[in-house]
Amino acid sequence: MAGSTEGARPESPVLAQLRLRVNGTEHELTVDTRMSLLDLLRERLDLTGAKKGCDHGQCGACTILIDGRRANGCLALAVAHDGADIVTVEGLADGDELHPLQQAFIEHDAFQCGYCTPGQLCSAAGMLGEVNDGWPSAVTPQGDSESQLTEAEIRERMSGNLCRCGAYANIVPAIAQAAR
Amino acid sequence: MRPFRYERAADADQAVALLAAEPEARFLGGGTNLVDLMRLGVETPGTLIDVTRLRDQDRIEETAGGALRVGAAVSNSELAADPRVRERYPVLSEAVLHGASGQLRNLATVGGNLLQRTRCAYFQDVTKPCNKRAPGSGCPAREGDHRNLAIVGHSELCVATNPSDMAVALAALEATVHVRGPAGGRVIPIPGFHRLPGDQPQRDTVLESGELITAVELAPPAGATRQRYRKVRERRSYAFALVSIATVLALDGDTVADVRIALGGVAHVPWRATLAEQALRGAEFTGDAVKRAAEAELAEAQPLRDNGYKVELARNLITRTLLDLAETA
Repeated sequence: MAGSTEGARPESPVLAQLRLRVNGTEHELTVDTRMSLLDLLRERLDLTGAKKGCDHGQCGACTILIDGRRANGCLALAVAHDGADIVTVEGLADGDELHPLQQAFIEHDAFQCGYCTPGQLCSAAGMLGEVNDGWPSAVTPQGDSESQLTEAEIRERMSGNLCRCGAYANIVPAIAQAAR
Repeated sequence: MRPFRYERAADADQAVALLAAEPEARFLGGGTNLVDLMRLGVETPGTLIDVTRLRDQDRIEETAGGALRVGAAVSNSELAADPRVRERYPVLSEAVLHGASGQLRNLATVGGNLLQRTRCAYFQDVTKPCNKRAPGSGCPAREGDHRNLAIVGHSELCVATNPSDMAVALAALEATVHVRGPAGGRVIPIPGFHRLPGDQPQRDTVLESGELITAVELAPPAGATRQRYRKVRERRSYAFALVSIATVLALDGDTVADVRIALGGVAHVPWRATLAEQALRGAEFTGDAVKRAAEAELAEAQPLRDNGYKVELARNLITRTLLDLAETA
């Protein structure tokens, strides 16, 4: 690291090296320690699918998968995720074959303006993995070891993704279809 | 955001030593609160010491005595999903799942959840006075927007509430916080870890400068209990509590063998409802007894101009939750 003296607050940007695997491609990068994963993806790797909605972890538009788990890219410092395997909405499809969630979102018209959609898709992909791993939600009854993906479960588990157009009525059945 | 150095510690001793060498440093967990506060200019650390990869702190283990030791770097999601937690301490799993969102819980750590700031909107707005952020500058919340702030235990200087759901369950379960500092290790019980604002609202907890949370320990369950976490909020999911409750109830026939109640959203700390507990412990469990206990707990509440609704809400939540719990098998 450069540009700083031990003990005092650094006056100039501090740089750090890191390695990331993003949608299957290895990257070696030098970044400002202040850079979020979201900014790194958008501004350094030109992966602009993940959106900067609020930049405070409140809207979910920046949701990406870090080592298979969904996370808010805006609150994740890039430097703290050295070595991570990242998947963004650009990495969900298999070549020309859409991810089942993407296909279901199209079939159900599960968006209007589309701004929140990349975050919704990555969040749903991560969420289905959590259900598959038997993780409960706040609406899962005590003692239930198998989570049934009811509408109530989908709504609760997806509550970290806001849609200002209010497309929830179509997002929920789209996710239910992809889960089958 | 101001520039900062970044260090990654390999174990607790190294993390503590790194912090001791740099007084302007902060420990970094998942960053879901700290990074946000840095972006807002509320926190301006010179160095972040990443403690998410410390040896032995990423797992949940059973101790020889039957307690469950939760490493400080375990994510909120992993804690809530752990089969042992779900079976023995369901109120804790439920509380964690009622907090934040799925993607935030994946990032957030157990240690970080305990150390998220007790806060209000004025604390987060650096253009406003705030005794917690800038001691002595004043508290606009007292006369301003305090609809969702404290009704008990507040001081002239601060009326903020602690937003953690997890901590409310830990208070009801009487968990302990294990910390390591320059002077060695110590164990701090919850409740007792968070502190009321008094004349030092800048201090949310009793942690001393340089101390690191290494684990949270849950005592072996004492017999069969019924447990429940309930949270009242302005929308059904992904919002802070107006009032929340964690309850652990043991009935012996119609008699209350033991009861523990903690409230969230009402104070600067997870609020242990000791008056209600005292009124119920050993008593016959009846609707009237529960109602009287809830009334006793809130009798001394000091609501502000616009948050008096929380007093009745807390009373009703205690009553309803205990009555519902008694009906479960």
